Amino acid sequence: MTEKERKELQAREKAEVSAAAELTRPGPTFTPALDIFETDEEITVLADMPGVKAKDLAIDLRENTLTLSGDVESPEGANEEEVLREYRTGNYYRQFILSEGIDQSKIEAALKDGVLRLRIPKFETAVPRTIPVKTG
Amino acid sequence: MIIRRIGGRPTWGWRSPVGELETMRTYMDRLSEALTGPLLREPPAGVFPLMNVTEDRENYYVRAELPGIKADELNISITGNSLSVAGERTIPAENEKARYHRREREAGKFSRVVSLPSQVDTSKVEARYVDGVLTVVLSKAEEAKPKQIAVKTS
Repeated sequence: MTEKERKELQAREKAEVSAAAELTRPGPTFTPALDIFETDEEITVLADMPGVKAKDLAIDLRENTLTLSGDVESPEGANEEEVLREYRTGNYYRQFILSEGIDQSKIEAALKDGVLRLRIPKFETAVPRTIPVKTG
Repeated sequence: MIIRRIGGRPTWGWRSPVGELETMRTYMDRLSEALTGPLLREPPAGVFPLMNVTEDRENYYVRAELPGIKADELNISITGNSLSVAGERTIPAENEKARYHRREREAGKFSRVVSLPSQVDTSKVEARYVDGVLTVVLSKAEEAKPKQIAVKTS
């Protein structure tokens, strides 16, 4: 068993968006935890957004700024009374800047079990190529 | 405990200044709760996942945010009025050549037990996992359900 496999998860408080003045929706807004990684061909973004339904998720790419926003409806029924509250539910919002050379028309997004997976392909011309050097 | 008051005789400390402060703090907590809504309960250190528990007349509802977990990797059991939720979150390895810019999502094992305030019917427990949120609905035991008591008039 490796060190990573033995690791126990620890709860972290959800990070609330600090620039609250920019958001006009009621209730708290949180920043989703992200993994972003890049290969020569594409950039992949994974975001934890539990409670967001596909229809309530908006992905917007303008120039090089990618904005993720997800609305969460309260999962609690109208007659439910609180017994214990350890976390709050609210919308998600996060914005980041992508590097140049993104093929906007080919972005793919999939949402499964509260995790968003975004595949952002680079332009053919942006993919680095090694040029073989001929001898002779 | 003996408290010496200035210029006074010693008195037994059931009205100690510390006690007064405690009372004051309780009132302050109540006031802030009234102003800002319910306070978040600080969970014991090192637990995962965080849980919200609500109730209505019939059921308790236990919810936890667990994004990206396979439903068959969740192990949920009930003993008496203790609900146990255990499992493991795995993040599959990506392309070897991937260069990470951000790595905020975490993987690992977890296990948590939450006690419900009253007895539940252990044969009527239902768990759902939708959009990364686990909801466990536990039916209250008959004797724990509120009952309307009719007042007789003679």
